[in-house]
Amino acid sequence: MEIRGKAWKFGDHIDTDVIIPARYLNTSDPYELAAHCMEDADPEFVKKVSKGDIIVAGENFGCGSSREHAPIAIKYAGVSCVIAKSFARIFYRNAINTGLPIIEAPDAVDRIEEGDEIEVFLEEGKIINHTKKEEYSFEPLPEFMMKLLTSGGLIPFVRERLAKKGA
Amino acid sequence: MGMTIAEKILAAKAGKDSVKPGELIMARIDVALANDVTAPLAIKAFEDVGAEDVFDRERIALVPDHFTPNKDIKAAQQAKMVREFAYKYWIKWYFEVGRVGIEHALLPEQGIVVPGDLVIGADSHTCTYGALGAFATGVGSTDLGCAMATGEVWLKVPYTLRFNIEGKKRPYVTGKDIILHIIGMIGVDGARYRAMEFGGSVIRELCMDERFTICNMAIEAGGKTGIIEPDDITKEYVKERAQREPVYYTSDEDASYEKVYDVDISNLEPVVALPHLPENVKPVREVNDIEIDQVVIGSCTNGRITDLRQAAEVLKGRKVHPRVRLIVIPATQKIWEQAMEEGLFKIFVEAGAAISCPTCGPCLGGHMGILAEGERAVATTNRNFVGRMGHPKSEVYLASPYVAAASAVAGRIAHPDEL
Repeated sequence: MEIRGKAWKFGDHIDTDVIIPARYLNTSDPYELAAHCMEDADPEFVKKVSKGDIIVAGENFGCGSSREHAPIAIKYAGVSCVIAKSFARIFYRNAINTGLPIIEAPDAVDRIEEGDEIEVFLEEGKIINHTKKEEYSFEPLPEFMMKLLTSGGLIPFVRERLAKKGA
Repeated sequence: MGMTIAEKILAAKAGKDSVKPGELIMARIDVALANDVTAPLAIKAFEDVGAEDVFDRERIALVPDHFTPNKDIKAAQQAKMVREFAYKYWIKWYFEVGRVGIEHALLPEQGIVVPGDLVIGADSHTCTYGALGAFATGVGSTDLGCAMATGEVWLKVPYTLRFNIEGKKRPYVTGKDIILHIIGMIGVDGARYRAMEFGGSVIRELCMDERFTICNMAIEAGGKTGIIEPDDITKEYVKERAQREPVYYTSDEDASYEKVYDVDISNLEPVVALPHLPENVKPVREVNDIEIDQVVIGSCTNGRITDLRQAAEVLKGRKVHPRVRLIVIPATQKIWEQAMEEGLFKIFVEAGAAISCPTCGPCLGGHMGILAEGERAVATTNRNFVGRMGHPKSEVYLASPYVAAASAVAGRIAHPDEL
């Protein structure tokens, strides 16, 4: 999967109510959710973001609610990856389960500026900043989680498990 | 090497003699929970994996509590989808309006969750059940949907942080003040990926309701779960309720903790968490000039009978400030009935409060008390994020039922002593 796009920067503790406010949770439609992505942090975000762009944030990204609507809203807004200094645990699970690539890379977050052209190589643990001509490394996901992510999330994994049990 | 209560439960559910922090396990779950906001996506996941049936219809709880009674047509559609799924698979623990309560008050009350359980819920405050001595944690809808099919979940065994709460509680200091104080101390990510084990003489003397409040907010420090070793108070609570046989685990003497915090609360005064993070904790007396528009007493954090009694104690014979709306939301039908029978409703109504049926409602900005631009609320709820209770430019101050009630009377943030 190719991950390349412009960086959009956010601060620490970006919570799930900011990512997708609860007032829009009366639907599960991914495109309706995406239309309100990051609305309470930056009402213009969904207008500005282009397909492939990357969210770059500080500590504890996705803290708060367990709503899976949060990674879904981000993914369907066109964002290809979230790079943060750290992630809240339920958001982390939900992102992997729904196939949204996430990367913990504190050093990269400090260096990347808004608008930088960023490319991510998940399995190599490498981020290239094409604007600044820099390269950063990060610890790739554990094998089990990488497998979940690259196979499209938890559903194909469980489908296979169920099929084996049935056989 | 000994194990903590959290590790013992996880080991048992993974079919192992022992587990270590950091280990990935596949574990059997005792209860899977979802609500009207998270169940629709979970049902979709359940269907997408090609499941023919649920793993156990008696171990799934579907609790439509967030936007119910249905707040609009879209919410009604979602609730309908949950209802149809519940009927299709004969889900035992499905609750309709009139019987439903806020999930994290309802499940312990009905004995659906018991000590020793492993519970996953598609709601972040699932960690509440740790107060029973269960391992309970929030997950997303896909995890939950898959678990409804398989009865299992993958988990990473967390490190445990131990909090020894000692000292003598001052007047009007509650479980809410204790957990807000801890979040203020370690920050909103101070327990990220960790189990928070609460103990010490102060915890041992707290009633179950206040223990639930403490474990409920473990997620507000980033915790995977909050947990309290069961004792006689737990056993007394469980005795008349348990739908299954409880298993009482405790931590070994030589259990290994990542860190031990000794917290002396002798000097702790009632506190509030200022916008927009639960870690912005200040003593009430330092911020008692902040004027407010609304007070909410309710939620999975503080909507239980003890909370309503505390609020009534302050409101008795007093009036809500003319400029303030006070909304009281008992968390379950049973609590509602109990509050009515104890005469608490008469106190609330005479004070000028509105009493709602059980719902999460305004806590997450759903309905039943949304804030306009520039408005401020004191709430016994759990989050004060930007836009949490309404307009992105509104503000939420988190506090105990005592402080919330006192603030409703004063029209500003207030300590009950000031009235």
